[in-house]
Amino acid sequence: MSFGPFLLLALMEGMVTAAVLSLAAVGLCLVFGVMRVVNVAHGEFYMLGAVIAWFVASVVPGPAWAVFLAALVVAPVLVGALAAAADGLILKRLNYDPEATIVATIGLLYILQQAALTFYGPDARPVAAPFTWRIQLPWFGYSGYKLFVVAAAVAVLLAVWRLMTRTRAGLIMRATQVDREVAGAFGINVDRVYMGTFALGAALAAVAAVLVVPIQQAHYLMGGDPLLLSFIVVIIGGLGSLRGTVIAALIIGLSDGVISMFFTPTLAKILATLLVAMVLVFRPQGLFGQKT
Amino acid sequence: MSLLEARGLTRHFGGLRAVDGVDFDLEAGEIHALIGPNGAGKTTFVSLLSGRLAPQAGTIRLAGEDITRTPAHIRVRKGVAYTFQITSIFPGLSVFDNVALAAQGARVRDLKAAVQAALSRVGMVGMAAEVAGVLSYGHQRLLELAMGLALAPRVLILDEPTQGLAAGEIEGFKALVRSLVPQVAVLLIEHNMEVVMDLATRITVLNFGQVLAQGTPDQVRADPAVQEAYLGA
Amino acid sequence: MKVWGLHLAVLAALALLGLVLPQYHATNLARIMVLAVFAMGYNLAFGYAGLLSLGHALFFAAGMYGAGLPAWHWGWGAAPALLAGAMAGGLAAVIVGLLALRTAGVSFMIVTLMFAKAFALTILYFNSWTGGDEGFVVPDTGRALFGATLAADGPRYALAWGLFTVALGLSLLLVRSRFGRVMVALRENEERARMLGINPYAAKLQVMGISGLYSGAAGAAYALLFGYVGGTFADIQYSILPMLYVLLGGAGTVLGAGLGAALMFYLTDVASSVTDAWLFVVGAALVVLVLFAPKGILGWVRARWWRDLP
Repeated sequence: MSFGPFLLLALMEGMVTAAVLSLAAVGLCLVFGVMRVVNVAHGEFYMLGAVIAWFVASVVPGPAWAVFLAALVVAPVLVGALAAAADGLILKRLNYDPEATIVATIGLLYILQQAALTFYGPDARPVAAPFTWRIQLPWFGYSGYKLFVVAAAVAVLLAVWRLMTRTRAGLIMRATQVDREVAGAFGINVDRVYMGTFALGAALAAVAAVLVVPIQQAHYLMGGDPLLLSFIVVIIGGLGSLRGTVIAALIIGLSDGVISMFFTPTLAKILATLLVAMVLVFRPQGLFGQKT
Repeated sequence: MSLLEARGLTRHFGGLRAVDGVDFDLEAGEIHALIGPNGAGKTTFVSLLSGRLAPQAGTIRLAGEDITRTPAHIRVRKGVAYTFQITSIFPGLSVFDNVALAAQGARVRDLKAAVQAALSRVGMVGMAAEVAGVLSYGHQRLLELAMGLALAPRVLILDEPTQGLAAGEIEGFKALVRSLVPQVAVLLIEHNMEVVMDLATRITVLNFGQVLAQGTPDQVRADPAVQEAYLGA
Repeated sequence: MKVWGLHLAVLAALALLGLVLPQYHATNLARIMVLAVFAMGYNLAFGYAGLLSLGHALFFAAGMYGAGLPAWHWGWGAAPALLAGAMAGGLAAVIVGLLALRTAGVSFMIVTLMFAKAFALTILYFNSWTGGDEGFVVPDTGRALFGATLAADGPRYALAWGLFTVALGLSLLLVRSRFGRVMVALRENEERARMLGINPYAAKLQVMGISGLYSGAAGAAYALLFGYVGGTFADIQYSILPMLYVLLGGAGTVLGAGLGAALMFYLTDVASSVTDAWLFVVGAALVVLVLFAPKGILGWVRARWWRDLP
């Protein structure tokens, strides 16, 4: 294959990575933006989404597309409910103290990981894609499902964007983000907003995982990489900025494929983590954020 | 040459001219009050003097030495002490440790003696072992003052020291401040006019970030511009 | 007086335990003492100065590789290797601190986390030289100290105890010194500390350096006493463990780090003999501690009975 098509393939793969990553990162970003909570267990919500998708696939009979749709509904709902419970039982009691919540979500990370290992096991298991047709380009064939992932991610992101900018719930969330006390004084139930935000953030991670699980397999340790990448994306995008997060996810996702052509994945990761540290030290508003 | 001197000191926040070209002199041994309506820029001005904020223009000199760009903690070591408007102590530490931190900042050798001396000046000798966070508000204000004294400063900046004190405590405070001069020059931000007129040897009036008037208490009281802008008479 | 008595009694008891305990538990205790030194270093940064780092695995691993690599590649003996490891930990902490201390709070946590992650990946990247994921076994020449071998039970326990003793003594001196007071001031109210003439950045950098020295010494000792160096020790998990020990034993108490290490070690030991769910134990312990006992055991003792416990 010559260079042009090869680059096209890398970019298409990058689009898929970027699509999944932006969903997970927007979830993390919402939670940080509205609640000022750094959720270290975010990657485990993602992992749970994939594992639940596998369970759904193993119990629900019917054609692959129906099973997939069921998983796409069940996994985010269950993960969201779990996150809401974690919020009520743990984070709320810590009064959302930033440092204590990090320690607590680290604990949550271990608990969820262990739970998955115990009940799901150490094996990586696949879930069938809802359809299998391929698009035949002049140079190579490409999975139609992967294009569907990109389209689905765009649709979900647009829905989140509409939710935040055009609905009452979004207005309430943004008001809470600006000032928790004032929002409370205006009769907004801050506890419910926080619980809803935390659930929504986790559900977005679960959606991303359900979309990805026909491409990658479900595994109890799969949450680590998305967590790290989401962190990177959210920080480079300017903590708490949705638009910056999506742009950063695009750049990281697309460049991931291209960088891997020149560097080994390990070196690419080293550079990315150092970049994040440097951004936080020297440009804490993010690469795309406005200086305040 | 005055002890602490500011020339053309300026600090804006966006469009707000919090401090706008202020010239100011603090003479050795005086008690100088800084007054003005709320939002006149008093706290911003002393924050510039103490180094908690950096000025956008102007110079600050301490005994002739340019300290405009000197970091806050170095200014403290050079003898410019600042006590906070909102009581700022180490709540989890004992009274002794609070004052000791100030005294060791001044490179004192005998820590115990220095702490005792500072505590006795504010009348808190028996309380060294108590945890600062559980003291009454009045005692916390006094502790704050003791910390300022333990720094052995040349200039002591007091930001609204009598706020929230009872009438009896204010009398004690006035006596204490009088006992500090002439070794220490005191710059006092104060809303309580009685305290100001009683203590100050000179007064500077700030309004909208600029110096409105400067002089002895009698001069300031008689100034029509001050009466109009501030005293409301 | 009472304070020194307590700490000397703890050290004497540990020395005695080394003589009477059955071998399995003596080895455990040696391991605990080394981990406790790591936790003491973490405690100086987090418990006293309020620096919540998620990157201490870096300093531990720097000590481990700082001691292990020269022993492996150049045949260094245990004494210079130990020294090199401690220095490597301190140096790594100062370098990280120079950058990370420009941030605070949550940013500081993430920056330290990222540096540690980058270091762990670097170890993997240079796997031909570091042994990568599989790690390497420290050669016998590297475990020889003054004619004894650290692979033997007696000398191993003795060195662990010696390191623990030095670390505990220095901690005690440090936190009761003027600098100890400065550390707590930084934790309690940094802005006030600045206005008392303290340079917060410089002071925190010193704390980081000392904390790194402790972590590096512990990492080096761990490598030499137990004979193995591997990439897993640079993982995030080894940043979490000292935090867990300190939270359990009591942040900002000198003995808390050791107490937490011992309890947590045996808790996971017991848990893993019952189930293989030891991750769950760690996770649950973290959640329960931040929720219900943020002061830890000795923090509680101090609040209740003994206010002057350092």
